[in-house]
Amino acid sequence: MKRAASPILVAAILALGLPAVASAQSWSDQPVDISADHPEVASSYEDGGKYFTADDVPTFNIKEDGTVDWLTFSGFRRYHSECHVCHGPDGEGSTYAPKIKNSAVNMDYYAFVDTVVNGRANGNSVMPHFGDNQNVMCYLDDIYVYLKARGMDAIPRGRPAKKEAKSDLVQENENACMG
Amino acid sequence: MKKLFALTSGIALCAGMASANENLSQMMEDPGQWVIQTGDYKNQRYSKLDQINKDNVGDLQVAWTMSTGVLRGHEGSPLVIGDTMYLHTPFPNIVYALDLNEDGKIKWKYEPKQDPDVIPVMCCDTVNRGVAYADGKIFLHQADTTVVALNAETGEVEWSVVNGDPSKGETNTATVMPVKDKVIVGISGGEFGVRGHVTAYNIADGSVAWRAYSMGPDEDILMDPENTMNLGKPVGENSGTNTWEGDQWMIGGGTTWGWYSYDPEENLVYYGTGNPSTWNPAQRPGDNRWSMTIMARDADTGMAKWVYQMTPHDEWDYDGVNEMILTEQTIDGEERKLLTHFDRNGLGYTLDRVTGELLVAEKFDPAVNWTTGVVMDKESPDYGRPQVVAQYSTEQQGEDVNSTGICPAALGTKDQQPAAYSPDTELFYVPTNHVCMDYEPFRVSYTAGQPYVGATLAMYPAPDSHGGMGNFIAWDGKKGEIKWSIPEQFSVWSGALATAGNVVFYGTLEGYLKAVDAETGDELYKFKTPSGIIGNVMTYTHEDKQYVGILSGVGGWAGIGLAAGLTNPNDGLGAVGGYAALSDYTALGGQLTVFALPN
Repeated sequence: MKRAASPILVAAILALGLPAVASAQSWSDQPVDISADHPEVASSYEDGGKYFTADDVPTFNIKEDGTVDWLTFSGFRRYHSECHVCHGPDGEGSTYAPKIKNSAVNMDYYAFVDTVVNGRANGNSVMPHFGDNQNVMCYLDDIYVYLKARGMDAIPRGRPAKKEAKSDLVQENENACMG
Repeated sequence: MKKLFALTSGIALCAGMASANENLSQMMEDPGQWVIQTGDYKNQRYSKLDQINKDNVGDLQVAWTMSTGVLRGHEGSPLVIGDTMYLHTPFPNIVYALDLNEDGKIKWKYEPKQDPDVIPVMCCDTVNRGVAYADGKIFLHQADTTVVALNAETGEVEWSVVNGDPSKGETNTATVMPVKDKVIVGISGGEFGVRGHVTAYNIADGSVAWRAYSMGPDEDILMDPENTMNLGKPVGENSGTNTWEGDQWMIGGGTTWGWYSYDPEENLVYYGTGNPSTWNPAQRPGDNRWSMTIMARDADTGMAKWVYQMTPHDEWDYDGVNEMILTEQTIDGEERKLLTHFDRNGLGYTLDRVTGELLVAEKFDPAVNWTTGVVMDKESPDYGRPQVVAQYSTEQQGEDVNSTGICPAALGTKDQQPAAYSPDTELFYVPTNHVCMDYEPFRVSYTAGQPYVGATLAMYPAPDSHGGMGNFIAWDGKKGEIKWSIPEQFSVWSGALATAGNVVFYGTLEGYLKAVDAETGDELYKFKTPSGIIGNVMTYTHEDKQYVGILSGVGGWAGIGLAAGLTNPNDGLGAVGGYAALSDYTALGGQLTVFALPN
């Protein structure tokens, strides 16, 4: 069974000082060209209620009737608790922080995770580190796929109207992670 | 006469002023200076100046401008002491002393070194609401909670103390209030599980005189079980712990980042406390005292004389920190010492500020729907409590349920942006938000120094109204009625100024400085400044000429929530994106603009 690296595992790798993927340079409001080739977007397979690309990167899955996968919905909720106070509603950016919905497409998954776990600073622009925050780390894939769906314009602004049910595996992992 | 006063205060400045705070009270009487952020101890933000009045304000022109060199949200206002203007900025919290005799030439500049790690633990932008003055010192409360006293003449640091711990999420955005020989200091961090407190430091050397927590044991909260009154009854023992489960009070919130007022006769300091942590009400059963509370404390000892909790067991993030405006008005033929407060929860309260008796509690935006009103019957066991509408109760709807259509939104019918009061019209002039929300609470865990929120929010303009996100209203505090209301496209996030010229000034998020008629609300003047306004309007004279000053520099909560525009998820797809985006009107940039009449 294929399974993508969990954020906790990635955090552990980073903490050990092992080489991580070089992070993308830009974290500004760089626009996204939806029609361009985005290898980290298309869903290739499903595993226990989560969707992945062929390269095992978590991704969103939106059905024709607009039903979103559980992670995208969950990511909407967690984003608007933990992230929107700086990055604005729906990942649209603010006077304070960049349009993070675009970053989720423009940055690769591992660089995105690295940034959330460890934070980064650019003068007086500072992204905090969330590595020890369970409310973020246990839902990092959720937040990531939600923002990627927003960046690709796969879902409109606002609360997704229809969603898939939460799978047993997702619930199990959540319980284990939140303790 | 005015000149003479300016001269004497100038001499006092040079002499170093040993007993400065009587002096500070006197200086507040001089309309030529703007010596405290709130205009005076009463927080009236009213100026006796009338050179600029409702007949000539239409001729107003820009006299001079200055860039602050900082791009973040600019709240608060400059001070004017004698011939010097003191101008602050958001993080990194620069202070400039500007010589008004030389077109604002910089006399000195102070720039603290602060760890940038404080930036991300400041929920919602690195704003700062300005410096204070007393005893020949300028007081700056930095983002990292360092309180520093600067020599007003030279900018040299006279003392500095650390009020909190940013690694636990304790930060600062507020100004401080000098009272007698002390300076009163609050703390931010309600979204990080901080336990709020107010601390009085001795002006002479920065040592702690007293500290009063918002919740905790009686000795921490400085309440006397017998003599501290709550709506006419003693608070009793352990009032700061017995409405919390277990030791949840230790991360209980109730931060103190708003404004402070002071009544010298009663020797009482007034302020409000913020939301209980977390935003998920199911996780903290009980009334969560004394979050969301109006406090009246003795300035010398910190002991609470009376308290009133406006929103027991908050379910919506309706912080109670907004300013307490002190007035003397006649009610039922009797002159009373009043306190009026426009709360985030959408109710305008008037209390007797000597006893804490509740006189008026009425909605100051008709959209407010989470409550049917406050029980005013003194015999009722629910006396003083707001009656919560089940449909809009995020507690009763429960965890993981999205409660929709709640008005106001978490940012409140009004946030910290201070209202003004004119004794001429006996009206309050109130900048407001006209925004509603969906709110879904869920379980979160606490980690020191990390956000402790636990709710998802969607905000949108009040439905079935004018479509805008704000109003600027005139309010009768005795009756609890709106006299007039000006619809605004965006939330009004700027502090108002009322003057004896029968003019009221305020700024808008698009960047307009507006002047309106104090009686009618008719617009008399507007000018678009370089960036959106979240600062507070002030006025002063220099060489007998009246000036009006305002900081531009969009940001703060408004800049975050409204930058990309709002959408109403309940409107259906057609309306999505139909509301104005602030980013279509303005961009970042800190600037002071000073206005005057043509010569």
